[in-house]
Amino acid sequence: MFGFHYRLERHALRFVIAVILVAGIGGFVEIAPLFTISETVEAAPDMRLYTPLEVAGRNIYMREGCYACHSQMIRTLRDDVERYGPYSLAVESKYDHPMLWGSKRTGPDLARIGGKYSDEWQVAHLQDPRAVVPESKMPSYAFLGRTPLKTSDLGLHLKALRKVGVPYTGEMVANAPADAYGQAAPDSPYAAGVAQRYGEATQVRAFMGRQGDPTEMDALVAYLQVLGRLTDVAKAQQAQAAE
Amino acid sequence: MYVAQLTLPERRAALALACLVAGLGLTMAVLGRDDLLGTHGALVIACGVVVAIVVMRGFYAPSPSPERLSSYYDDPTRAGIVFAMIWAIVAMAVGDWVAWLLVSPDLTFDAAWSSFGRLRPVHTSGVIFGFGGNALIATSFYVVQRTSRARLPDQVSPWFVLLGFNLFCILAASGYLMGITQSKEYAEPEWYADIWLVIVWVAYFGLYLRTLARRKEPHIYVSNWYYLAFILVVAVLHIVNNLAVPVSLGHAKSYSAFAGVQDAMTEWWYGHNAVAFFLTSGFLGMMYYFMPKRAGRPIFSYRLSIISFWGITFMYMWAGSHHLHYTALPQWVQTLGMTFSLMLLVPSWASATNALLTLNGAWHKVRDDATLRFMMTAAVFYGLTTFEGSFMAIRPVNSLSHYTDWTIGHVHAGALGWVALITFGSLYSIVPSLWGKRAMYSPRLVEVHYWLAIAGTLVYVISMWNSGIVQGLMWRTYNDSGTLAYSFVDSLVAMHPYYVMRAVGGLLFLIGTVVGAYNIWRTMRTPALAEIGDFAEAPARAAPTLAAAE
Ligand code: HEC
Repeated sequence: MFGFHYRLERHALRFVIAVILVAGIGGFVEIAPLFTISETVEAAPDMRLYTPLEVAGRNIYMREGCYACHSQMIRTLRDDVERYGPYSLAVESKYDHPMLWGSKRTGPDLARIGGKYSDEWQVAHLQDPRAVVPESKMPSYAFLGRTPLKTSDLGLHLKALRKVGVPYTGEMVANAPADAYGQAAPDSPYAAGVAQRYGEATQVRAFMGRQGDPTEMDALVAYLQVLGRLTDVAKAQQAQAAE
Repeated sequence: MYVAQLTLPERRAALALACLVAGLGLTMAVLGRDDLLGTHGALVIACGVVVAIVVMRGFYAPSPSPERLSSYYDDPTRAGIVFAMIWAIVAMAVGDWVAWLLVSPDLTFDAAWSSFGRLRPVHTSGVIFGFGGNALIATSFYVVQRTSRARLPDQVSPWFVLLGFNLFCILAASGYLMGITQSKEYAEPEWYADIWLVIVWVAYFGLYLRTLARRKEPHIYVSNWYYLAFILVVAVLHIVNNLAVPVSLGHAKSYSAFAGVQDAMTEWWYGHNAVAFFLTSGFLGMMYYFMPKRAGRPIFSYRLSIISFWGITFMYMWAGSHHLHYTALPQWVQTLGMTFSLMLLVPSWASATNALLTLNGAWHKVRDDATLRFMMTAAVFYGLTTFEGSFMAIRPVNSLSHYTDWTIGHVHAGALGWVALITFGSLYSIVPSLWGKRAMYSPRLVEVHYWLAIAGTLVYVISMWNSGIVQGLMWRTYNDSGTLAYSFVDSLVAMHPYYVMRAVGGLLFLIGTVVGAYNIWRTMRTPALAEIGDFAEAPARAAPTLAAAE
């Protein structure tokens, strides 16, 4: 074996090929089957898509690096489940390009934060976390409420997402800016189309308590409020298992 | 002065490349005029123009003497060392700053760029790529020439690699501040920066192979195996993990090609192996050259180095899934990850043992020479951290440690104790000769740096062990009545003293780095001895001969 190596290390190209082969096996064996074995991702017929406003909110979540302090992955451990809710299923992040499972909980897990608090709480907390939770270490995001949301190019965003596999329809793409506006302005003529395209369960509300051109705060809160609520399979499956 | 070393055709090529980069920047600026991409375009133009001006100013300098071809080409190494130290100071300062943000979160001045989430990647990319990457590129140029007894094949491509890589780092760090990020940990730069890095990396790989092809030694020395593995595997990881579709050619933003569980596995396959092939392989390459050199002893065992090299190259790639224990990742992948993480201890300890046994017979030098002590301590930390890593990959242990500060402590035991210490040791051992000096400006300051670095690392790691374990235990403690005993905020309050301690530890380490940079700078400035670096006195030939231990 060492004799073989003694010869191998005299040829740069052979050495290079050997490194690639030897290093390539592990990733290939672990990753490729995740795309082909169908049990990897559960079925969830009721799975909804993120609305344009929620997509924008998700992008703000990434931009601000919320994932550096918050996970979105409840593990199959008793204390995780009791603290944060039913453990996360693969299907719940099926449309998450990229996933935001996170690796650190400086703050709590957010996989099921949707609906845990009111919009007012979320806005107040993002504006000044320590006004709501005095011990908090979270940065203040007051500027989000002052920044108008850029909606004009949301159609392109949905298109790009469609290219990577999220089933947005042409109608959704075409109406993306209007839907973003309508979701945060329930009294406007644009509101009706949102529920029609994205499902009755879509939350159409004035997230910051006022209607009109949405801010980045509206988008982020819309996203937070939908976390864990795109499908009910996790709850249903685990309630069934508990019986 | 660096330009004067280039021949006229090389100056022309350098100028053309700089203009090409500025042109790329212009394209970005035009296409992305309604987006942050435009700002980055302007930045790229600026970088291209600066390089073009530098080249032009030296354009009509006299041609270099042909004698240069009989010595090594070390200008890019010198520049790379300076870049590495600048990045080290900036990125460690940002790191310590975000540590203080966790103590006192209102230090953000109500601005967007200054919050924890945007600054953290500036720190991580800054230390990993800026400091670590520049140190790797600089030392790899140095080592490959000496172990091959061959000069770099030309004088433009090393500059392209070095400056191109730094352009990538600048795009990365400035992008995070503006809010440009893919949000994939340790792979945050967006699609255009990623494509640029691929181009730079191909040039790097080509340069390395071309230098090896000119070698006058029949065998490729161990260090080069590691540097090669670093270059190759990082390329594969980078390309696969960063596959994405941009919103348009005028948008900085892109959407990752993978989603959910597949994306998570790809990301941690990348993330863990960035640790393996960037922060381990490359730096092992450094260790295998500079440590025996400094100790004046041959590598303890050639066979051990073969076993550990292939062990690391093979097994690390399986271990990434231990970042996803108890998640929605299928159990079989988690089990594979844990198994390989445990087996990985064998090659890791083989390397550490090989390094420490190399010092047998030179322990008096370790006592007297802080530079060698830097490297020895690095090898010890390498052994400890790899042990801890395998331990934390065990599922029940991971159920406690994951998501907590224990992980942060573990990473810093490796990053400070291993990566930074081996780098400082290596730099101290080559800086004097590179700038034609007999020794560092102040050996006392090297000693001071050593103790600051050790103190900083220990304070940091110990505080994070404590906070991580306390945190993990509080999250899972139950009352007698069977309900959770502590709220999340209770655990947060318990962290506070450790966060203060950690920030102090980081500050100690940072001060040490500043002392080191000052010492290096003063060394560069003291009057020169004589030109060195000729083949004739190339000390590399006294380098550990491979067969010595046979
Ligand atoms: C420096 C780390 C940090 C960052 C960055 C951060 N958070 Fe937090 N977050 C915390 C901490 C700590 C808490 C717990 C204390 C509290 O409720 O404020 C928290 C709590 C929360 C909660 C309440 C969770 C619950 O179950 O009570 C939400 C929602 C939240 N954060 C959202 C966000 C969003 C959105 C972002 C990005 C814009 C963000 N956080 C960025 C640290 C952070």
